[in-house]
Amino acid sequence: MQTLRRWLPLLLLIPFVALLWVPFYNRTQPMIAGFPFFYVWQFSWIVLAALLTWIVHRGWRT
Amino acid sequence: MNGVRFDGTALGVFAFFFVLITVLGFVAARWRRGDLSHLQEWGLGGRRFGAFVTWFLLGGDLYTAYTLIAVPALVYAVGAYGFFAMPYTVFVYPIVFLTMPRLWNACRKHGWITSADFVEGRYGSRGLALAVAVTGVLATMPYIALQLVGLEVVFEAMGLGALGIGRETPLIIAFVILALYTYSSGLRAPALIAFVKDAMLYITVIAAVVIIPIKLGGYGAVFHAAQQAFTARSGDTGILLKPDQYWSFATLALGSAFALFLYPHATTATLSASSPEAIRRNAVWLPVYSIMLGLVALLGYMALAAHVDVRNGSMAVPALINASFPPWFAGFCFAAIALGALVPAAIMSIGAANLFTRNIWRAYVNDGLSDAQESRIAKNVSLLVKFGALLAVLYLPTKFAIDLQLLGGIWMLQIFPAVICGLYTRWLRASALLAGWVAGMALGSALAWQQGLKPVYTFVFGDAHYGIYIGLLALALNFVVAIVLTPAAAMFRRDAPADQTQAIDYEDLAAD
Repeated sequence: MQTLRRWLPLLLLIPFVALLWVPFYNRTQPMIAGFPFFYVWQFSWIVLAALLTWIVHRGWRT
Repeated sequence: MNGVRFDGTALGVFAFFFVLITVLGFVAARWRRGDLSHLQEWGLGGRRFGAFVTWFLLGGDLYTAYTLIAVPALVYAVGAYGFFAMPYTVFVYPIVFLTMPRLWNACRKHGWITSADFVEGRYGSRGLALAVAVTGVLATMPYIALQLVGLEVVFEAMGLGALGIGRETPLIIAFVILALYTYSSGLRAPALIAFVKDAMLYITVIAAVVIIPIKLGGYGAVFHAAQQAFTARSGDTGILLKPDQYWSFATLALGSAFALFLYPHATTATLSASSPEAIRRNAVWLPVYSIMLGLVALLGYMALAAHVDVRNGSMAVPALINASFPPWFAGFCFAAIALGALVPAAIMSIGAANLFTRNIWRAYVNDGLSDAQESRIAKNVSLLVKFGALLAVLYLPTKFAIDLQLLGGIWMLQIFPAVICGLYTRWLRASALLAGWVAGMALGSALAWQQGLKPVYTFVFGDAHYGIYIGLLALALNFVVAIVLTPAAAMFRRDAPADQTQAIDYEDLAAD
């Protein structure tokens, strides 16, 4: 458990991979609520990155 | 349509909020009262802002009026490329979460007020601290000037020209007010004003992103119309990126994210938090502002879909507001944007004043300053900085401030090795870091200049084009020089100057 906690901050690398890999999300389809995928993906990662930060924070404190 | 509309109601609403904010700015001196003749109190609010206040302060500080005008202006002009601001704001907070609590802990322990204070204590080098301070002051000046540009487009959109007052008068009035309450209340003023300003901004943005698309037939129709507008134009525009833009999009986002919290206004607002926990909580909750920024960027597309036709992209959002809302609400929106200029301008001038006073004046001119003298000098410098920015906006072409701000971002990145790496290790020697800084500043400025003051340098391999953010290229050279010269410096001088910090200084206190 202690070692798991040590590696927890690595979760914070995921948003970097997700958004630096530009060719992956530079597309129109699938579209959600009129938003091309390019925009859906970026908005989603604002929320997901915050969620990951929250998880790392919780994991550290307890 | 030129986007300008003069209306008494709009002006009345605008003036009401401006007066309200002015009163708040002066009242702020009494809020969480402290002895304002100490720089710690004037320039850092006594490090007493909890997570909630810090959230407003940092949000109001980082998402400036210039951002709110310039990001949609870029989207209006080129499309998807302008959205690099989104990955940028996603990258920022994990970096803040990991690094800034360490900086806060070390600074709190030793009573440091600026990042240059930290560098001096960590490396025992006044020269390196001076480099950090000079970079911060240089990069901040044009940034303040650009906040004025944000104010200027708002005044223009409200048709103040029609009243027969020139562009100077309202700007001068706004800045004199700003200068006075910053002088008297210090960091407490923008912190208190940020509450009102951010609430207004959220109302503005939510209204805009709900009501305007309904008028335009939904988001699908907005994107469709924007794509048609781009197809009619030529060049690298569109609602998706061109393959040639992948690398510049990604590196601009990454480099800007690394630079942001090195800026004095960001460091100042961070160090004013009451605990490292307050900073971590903000790293989790500040992305709410990023969602707002993304929505604001979409306003660029809405302006295209609404056939707002402005020559100056900065007028896109104000013109869209005039075209979409009744005068009273337009006045409210304009007040929100204008106040969005005043909060960061105040914090920036305080950040620059802290650096100048602590790391230039005290270090090189008079090292026997009393607390009261130190605070007085900082107050005067904050006036001087704002006055300089005002003169720059009134008498120099706007492009000059924009170009300098772009260079400022490249420069700011060059203190990354000294400040951020210094939070983890002091293996790098001060002299090597200084040499790296010189190399990075020189390469960054030269490349940007050679590219005609563009942020991206394009490498061509056969048919492939790879645009890389110049700030990152300069940072790479900076690192190489610092790493290569460190062993040489260590040979030349076996023992490094004393480090005032210990490993434990960077960790949270057990009581937290």
